Amino acid sequence: MGDETVHALRGVSFDIHRGEFVTIMGTSGSGKSTTLNILGCMDKPTSGHYILDGEHTEKLSRDALARIRNQKIGFVFQSYNLLSRTTALENVELPLLYNSKISAEERHHRAIKALEMVGLSERMNHLPNQMSGGQQQRVAIARALVNDPVIILADEATGNLDTRTSYEIMSIFQELHSQGKTIAFVTHEPDIATFSGRTVTLRDGLLKKDVINENVQNARVALEALPPPETFDEEG
Amino acid sequence: MSPLSLIKVAMKALFRNRMRTFLSVLGIVIGVAAVIAMVAMGEGSKQSIKDQMTSMGTNAIIIQPNRDRRGGVQTESAVSLEEEDVIAIRNEAQYIDAVSPMITANGQAIVGNNNSPTQLSGISSDYLKIRNYEIEDGVMFDDDADRMAKVCVIGQTVVKNLFPEGNPLGKTIRYKSIPLKVIGTLKSKGSGDFGQDQDDVIFTPYQTVMKRFNATTEIRQIFCNSIGEGYAEKATEEIMGILKERRQWTKPTDPFRIFTQEEMITMMTNTSDMLSMVLTVIAGISLLVGGIGIMNIMYVSVTERTKEIGLRMAIGARGRDILLQFLFESVMISLLGGLIGIALGIGASQAVKAILNWPMVVSATSVVVSFGVCFVTGVFFGWYPARKASNLDPIEALRFE
Repeated sequence: MGDETVHALRGVSFDIHRGEFVTIMGTSGSGKSTTLNILGCMDKPTSGHYILDGEHTEKLSRDALARIRNQKIGFVFQSYNLLSRTTALENVELPLLYNSKISAEERHHRAIKALEMVGLSERMNHLPNQMSGGQQQRVAIARALVNDPVIILADEATGNLDTRTSYEIMSIFQELHSQGKTIAFVTHEPDIATFSGRTVTLRDGLLKKDVINENVQNARVALEALPPPETFDEEG
Repeated sequence: MSPLSLIKVAMKALFRNRMRTFLSVLGIVIGVAAVIAMVAMGEGSKQSIKDQMTSMGTNAIIIQPNRDRRGGVQTESAVSLEEEDVIAIRNEAQYIDAVSPMITANGQAIVGNNNSPTQLSGISSDYLKIRNYEIEDGVMFDDDADRMAKVCVIGQTVVKNLFPEGNPLGKTIRYKSIPLKVIGTLKSKGSGDFGQDQDDVIFTPYQTVMKRFNATTEIRQIFCNSIGEGYAEKATEEIMGILKERRQWTKPTDPFRIFTQEEMITMMTNTSDMLSMVLTVIAGISLLVGGIGIMNIMYVSVTERTKEIGLRMAIGARGRDILLQFLFESVMISLLGGLIGIALGIGASQAVKAILNWPMVVSATSVVVSFGVCFVTGVFFGWYPARKASNLDPIEALRFE
């Protein structure tokens, strides 16, 4: 990066509790991405602490951070980041490949289970380019689930999807949340934030708001309230 | 990542870019095949030199007057060999079991309308043993009974040239107007790619040449046979001793030069070794170029797959995992190239042998070494691109478009 030092985050402090569904909001330049990178152990804070699952991460080595990412974090990206020409099942298995404690058999078994959880048991052997955007993102969610992480981090996970598909994806996140998963969801879309129980808003590297959402919307209900899809929108 | 998964991932990546993989593999294939074929050529020529030398008699020792020259001018008159030297060596030398003088005369051998420009060799019967000749038909002349006799024993080339209808025994050859009766023929020794036709010979008793053709008592060369392999040096010393003693030689320089076949073989194979080394180095350079091809392709591959690397790191791949993944890819390219190259190299060697009739010997060492070199090439040239990949920052890599 450039030579100039930019303090993307200045004195931001908050906790995410086990089983919470938090959205992190902010415009570009607000420090969202940096927050997410620190939460995801891809980056270390220059000062301050980040404690994940009781583990201080700021002093860990590159390899130790890789291990944490492998075993405690599940990433969902805006652009899915699936490996091309690799089946859905193999994409989901990928994180487990980097965990030597998991046998090939268990890897396979867990990947199938994860795909079932996101409703893709029929498309396990499809390649990414044979699937719609929504389906690809579901594969990505399955990949984030497969290592049974402490926290699932989603970075604008609905950013590339139309409203309908976005809601479908959100309903999956809500379902995972209801099963007790901890989720941090970065977005800049206010309507997406209404599906989570808490919204943390950043601006110019500072924590601007941290509010509990009293009126959590149900994504499935919102989906049904949408006008019926036009035929050319039909995907798959 | 387990080695098995690594192999699978690497294979997949290579298969995905078939054309590119094929081209980088080709670079290695050509390099390895060239090395194998060149070494085979070198080994083959060495082997054929050895074989021919052996067919001339491995234990042969040749004595010649030492013509001491300085600046092309002979500084003193050479000491010549005499018949008495032959007798002395035959009687006294312990490390020698056969001795024959060699006196030649040049001219045309004529029978009717046929002629053959063959050198006439004056020898004693021991010469057959020294040079591994065998009688096919008839008999060899006897050293005592046939002294100065006008008889000869001829090689198969001469038989073909002078007696196209066959059956030369008892017939007469005219050599420089002197008639020589054919009393025997020699078994063919064949002619190699190197040296002269060993069947283009006419043997006659040395006294015949000395007295009837050359009118001299000077002997140009004496051929001896040491009693076995490894005795060449001792035999040489012994002969030199006998020859010096006969002449009460006191000068520091040797009066004669003694060549042993062992020396000749070493000399010839040394030349051949050097040649094959040069060829192999040239072939090795093409292997190096192949390696650079791998490096190039791996750099492209790393850049192209930056995003994939970022993703793998985000989901928990350590730098080491990424390093190994790319290293496996380059090693697989080079090993695949190595295997195909070895097959092609052996195939090409066999083809050259069959079509051009060149002596080619594929050595197991060259196969093993070039396979090893391939592995090293893969690791060496894959290392830097793989390191570059493993040092990527996951955040940056994921952002890469």
